[in-house]
Amino acid sequence: MRTLTSLTPTPNAKSPVSLRAVVERITRDEVVHVARLARLDLADDEIDQFTQQLGAILEHAADVEALEVADVEPTSHPLPLRNVVRADEVSESLERDEVMACAPDVQDGQFRVPPVLGERT
Amino acid sequence: MSGLVPCATADTPVEPALPPGWELVVGLEVHVELDTATKLFCGCANQFGAQPNTNVCPTCLGLPGSLPVMNERAVELAMILGRALGCDVNRSVMARKNYFYPDMPKDFQTTQYDQPTNTDGRLELADGFVVGIERAHIEEDTGKSVHVGGGGRINEAVYSLVDYNRAGVPLIEIVSRPDIRTIEHARNYVEELRAIVAATEVSDARMEEGSIRVDANVSVRPHGSSELRTRCEIKNINSLRSLGRAIEHEALRHVDLWTTGSGPQQQTRHWDEAAGRTTPGRSKEDAEDYRYFQEPDLVPLEPTPAVIAAIDEALPTLPAARRAALREATGADADAARLLVERGQDSLAMAAAASGADAAKVVTRLVNDLAVDDWSAVDTESFAALIKMESNGELSASQAKVVLGDLVEQGGDPADHAARRGFEAMDSTELESLLDELIVVNPAEWSRLRGGDEVDRKKMQGFFTGQIMKATRGQADGRAVAQLLAQKSV
Ligand SMILES: [Zn+2]
Repeated sequence: MRTLTSLTPTPNAKSPVSLRAVVERITRDEVVHVARLARLDLADDEIDQFTQQLGAILEHAADVEALEVADVEPTSHPLPLRNVVRADEVSESLERDEVMACAPDVQDGQFRVPPVLGERT
Repeated sequence: MSGLVPCATADTPVEPALPPGWELVVGLEVHVELDTATKLFCGCANQFGAQPNTNVCPTCLGLPGSLPVMNERAVELAMILGRALGCDVNRSVMARKNYFYPDMPKDFQTTQYDQPTNTDGRLELADGFVVGIERAHIEEDTGKSVHVGGGGRINEAVYSLVDYNRAGVPLIEIVSRPDIRTIEHARNYVEELRAIVAATEVSDARMEEGSIRVDANVSVRPHGSSELRTRCEIKNINSLRSLGRAIEHEALRHVDLWTTGSGPQQQTRHWDEAAGRTTPGRSKEDAEDYRYFQEPDLVPLEPTPAVIAAIDEALPTLPAARRAALREATGADADAARLLVERGQDSLAMAAAASGADAAKVVTRLVNDLAVDDWSAVDTESFAALIKMESNGELSASQAKVVLGDLVEQGGDPADHAARRGFEAMDSTELESLLDELIVVNPAEWSRLRGGDEVDRKKMQGFFTGQIMKATRGQADGRAVAQLLAQKSV
């Protein structure tokens, strides 16, 4: 049985947990997969580093996971707000020239981008 | 319902030629663009056909520091459609669906995931078949990219041009249960959904402008089985005709793969209209992994029971109920009821029948002769009067048709039009004496009609009918002529 005291941040963030715990939380392959999804090109030593750091974060989250929260409403937003809406009224859009000036490549008032292989699915 | 492709036409098979023993299983995902003034999360105009990238702002361009604010009208329209589909309207939260593609400048699409606005509905087709609705959730549309070079095919493109006018336009995605078993029902489902969308004025529902887009989840299974086998999702379907062709192609491909091996792989595929086949989307290595999480910049939507009750109260009579009422009032068959409700002529039909015009004639006349875009000049009273004139023999069927044309163009009193055109009731004695004269002039033809074989008789019936029509300038009632010929030739 864990207690809330285990949620206290570890003072030294560099080596907060043992490698054994890390290995249980996330594998190197999973880090490679997540990096690829985020289009991050990681070096081998970076993969090792992030495997350890992400493992530490997940280990920390696991402490929360262990709490009994069946009767607690999931938090959707830090503030107790709901139904925040605006009226359906048109406001001014940006000048196209201004927008296009920010883009590395344009043609006919459109953003020109490298060909994308394969349709998005 | 302009631009609607008819349900079954000669060049499109109604049902796939699945080998005996196989059953088709289809679920549809339909995206409907909501008819709001602005986008889902910003005040840019939701407008089709504007100059590229003129309806964009920091929010819909995904610029750093911009924040979304929910469009109240979009939420309302989504709930209206949900209730029209018999859904439960729930507390909902928005979520981020993460992916990299140039059509979404934020690198995520804001949608709903595990807590959608609408769940558990149903949609009844014109023939009474019911398709379950799993969910109908709110999300934003993506931008539009055009692939340039290499003949326009995406895999051969030299570069792509992106227009973000559509990025952030409010959509509702309606996900059916895999209840559909025939191509005809798949088409009927989309047609019915369009009719409901139009009736509730949630969207302008123009498939050709992309305001309704359909993806089909297709699988097959042995007849009598209740299992759900591996399915493929077919995208890029742009018309009801493509929908039928794509489902047919995909189902046959599955049967083939099950028959010759271990079946298809679950994947997303694209319908290639020109080639008439589906082609695979991304490889398995690039399989979907959208890492959904709750959108931290938006708060939950929690409609009160009062809000939902008010929506229910304001819902128009939906097509299924209108068809039922029309059939009850006029005895119209399912096809006629579908057609007249689609054209919005059901209230005219019911009012005319209620004022004493022959209900069957009312329905026939409308189905056959009022297939025009603008019939606003035809009022109930004059239409009912016209049908009564036809019923009591003052006008022949063909004359009634002509007068109805006059009503469409000019409105007014059918009796005036009939008089102006010189349409007078031709009584049976007049018709008979005319036939007598024709018999005297054409004795050989008459004896062939009486004594000839079947072919000869048919031919001569046509001859005499033609002569009578010529002599009366088309005013004789075709049915009366046929009756007279039958009586006389015995
Ligand atoms: Zn915007």
